[in-house]
Amino acid sequence: MMPPTPLDVTPSGPRRARGVAARMARALHDWWGDRPWGQFALLIGAVAIFGFFGSNAADNMQQFGISPGFSFLDRPANFEIGESLIRYGAADSYGRAILVGLLNTAAVAVLGCILASVLGLFLGIARLSGNPLLSGLVQIYVEIARNTPLLLQLFFWNAIAHALPSPRQALGIGGSVFLSNRGVFLPAFRDPAAGWGLGLAVVTALALAVAISRLRRWRVRTRLPGQKGLGLLWGALVLPFIVLGLGGVSFAVEVPSLHGFNFAGGTAISPEFAALLTGLVVNSAATICEIVRSGIQAVPVGQWDAARALGLSPRRILRLVVLPQALRIIIPVTTSCYLDLTKNSSLAVAIGFPDLVSVINTTANQSGQVIETVFMMMMTYLTINLAVSLAMNRYHHRLARRGGVA
Amino acid sequence: MDRAKPSALRTPAAQIPVAPRRARNGGSGWWRGLFDTPANAVITAACLLLLGIAIPPVLRWTVLDAVWSGTSETCRSASGACWAFIGEKFRFILFGFYPRQQHWKPALTLVLLFGMIGVTAVPRFWHPRLVVLWVVAIIAAVLLMAGAPHPGTVATDVWAGLPLTLLLAVIGIGAAFPLALLLALGRRSRMGGVRWMSILVIEVMRGVPLIAVLYAAILLLPLMLPAGVTLDKLLRAQLALAGFIAAYMAEVIRAGLQGVGDGQYEAAKSLGLSYGTMLRLVILPQALRIVIPSFVTLAIGVLQSTTLVIVIGAFDFLNTARVAASDPNWLGFFDEAFFFTGAVYFLLSFLASRYSLWLERRLRR
Repeated sequence: MMPPTPLDVTPSGPRRARGVAARMARALHDWWGDRPWGQFALLIGAVAIFGFFGSNAADNMQQFGISPGFSFLDRPANFEIGESLIRYGAADSYGRAILVGLLNTAAVAVLGCILASVLGLFLGIARLSGNPLLSGLVQIYVEIARNTPLLLQLFFWNAIAHALPSPRQALGIGGSVFLSNRGVFLPAFRDPAAGWGLGLAVVTALALAVAISRLRRWRVRTRLPGQKGLGLLWGALVLPFIVLGLGGVSFAVEVPSLHGFNFAGGTAISPEFAALLTGLVVNSAATICEIVRSGIQAVPVGQWDAARALGLSPRRILRLVVLPQALRIIIPVTTSCYLDLTKNSSLAVAIGFPDLVSVINTTANQSGQVIETVFMMMMTYLTINLAVSLAMNRYHHRLARRGGVA
Repeated sequence: MDRAKPSALRTPAAQIPVAPRRARNGGSGWWRGLFDTPANAVITAACLLLLGIAIPPVLRWTVLDAVWSGTSETCRSASGACWAFIGEKFRFILFGFYPRQQHWKPALTLVLLFGMIGVTAVPRFWHPRLVVLWVVAIIAAVLLMAGAPHPGTVATDVWAGLPLTLLLAVIGIGAAFPLALLLALGRRSRMGGVRWMSILVIEVMRGVPLIAVLYAAILLLPLMLPAGVTLDKLLRAQLALAGFIAAYMAEVIRAGLQGVGDGQYEAAKSLGLSYGTMLRLVILPQALRIVIPSFVTLAIGVLQSTTLVIVIGAFDFLNTARVAASDPNWLGFFDEAFFFTGAVYFLLSFLASRYSLWLERRLRR
């Protein structure tokens, strides 16, 4: 930085503006760094290559009679999609077809991340247990999951899902869940509004819980009076559920039952979805298991000794000393594992589940709008990645502010 | 990073309260944790029960009730695995639709590539000349697959099986390396424009799934080339794979560059070395040495990722196994096919990961 000149102390209008501009130019110059013209040449070269490819593409598309742009999204798709979370038919538009694919990907990714975390956490704890048999079994599981291609695992689960008995001889679990080659049948609310309402209530309650704990922490920090009564605020968590109960939604659960050659009632998961979800969860859980193990092992032994010397109970050692430190290692790596799972869900195309990539591929082949569709596909994944990266950066800043990032 | 030594790491692991190991009476072997507390005894019993349920059917399927030779009829009447299928289809799974009378060519390619990998694994042979040897070996392998001594007589459509998988992985890594080096250096550069472009390339590639990159290459490249110019489908897939690997490899190399102390850079500069000389003589030899184990891990990932070329219709090692089980005469022996290929992938990856651990210990000394 330049040392401030006396003129800067009492800047007049235009001079001050020039000062700001100069400072910005200087910052830009510093950022751009050495060899400014060489870098410009490189940038222009890159743009020129893209321009060359782009003009070729434009020529070729014109030759095929394809008009560039996103107007094709409104045209009818003319292809069926095996399963969809929203109503969809072949007469619907390309745009809606892509939305179906996006929702399918989102469903697999969200469910997969939740289930993989739960399974991975349990496996990680089992891997660390003092019992050599349990720990060894988990290690074998991890080695198999990580040393074979994920695609092979998906083929395996898909083969299993299709080799299950027919609905008439379906494997029942507790008389309410049925596994068959037509898919997995689960109990569900008779009223679809009940599921959405319950989800909404849980999310509201979680948001309330975060708000309450923040409020309490703020109260403690600022030493305001009235600390005691705040505990009662936790009672507010039942409010969303009371509202839901008063809303007159029926919570009757319907168990699937055999009617003729197939099940009726409840909800059904297709074999492909079940295979994809199982494969992704089993694979990612192995990774998360390793993350949990290495995260906990990375906490120095001295921390355990010190906590024990203070007379803390094993539970409190884990909760107050070890986990807070281990989580700083575990959370960022787990996040990238979630991103991997989301990206890996694109392998769905190989076992016939209509995820985003699969629908985009069909759309590209049928409409010929290759550039637009590939652009949409890339942008979707990049947006997800960017959003997660920004969240992770915030998390890192928070840790750094509290004074202890690794 | 101040990490405790591996031996010290064991202690807290054993004291996770989930399965406490309190009693220390008698013995010091690994079996000590099996029955030392009531909780551990219960866990051990549960594990044994699980094994008791799981092992007999697996053993019956793989060994006891398995059919080792015969036709598909003998297999269908048996309840176990049909290893006769693997025996019958062994050459197809290994080499796919490659012309049968020329199978010595992909076989020689396999020997060549595995031989090179074996030589490269020995640290004593690490020498710049090894890179030249690799280039020669890869060119020879490609010519051989293309039908040497008459290259071009075998179309790339019939390249298949394990040689194709290995070629995709090896060429992918080899082609990715120079690009990855440039990207890694660019990302650490103090030139804003270069840094920004490197970050863009790396993060875009790492942000999208490999299948998306493969589809983009397969769909976009033909459209973007001038009329009349065509690129072989396998080559397009190989380009996509190399670009994808380069982004991940760049991050590995960047970690190595960060691992070299600032003092090394400053010392090299104070000697008056140019940027290129500094990299070649001081920085890269140290940086790359640090990340060799990470390279092996990356290579395992690449080997497994090559299976994704299935989506563009290439016949890699996994796909030939799948096609073998679609033969009308041997229809439906998918379990055996996947078991066999899975075992091969597992063996290669497991050996490589153990090698990487061994190397890490060796290099740390």
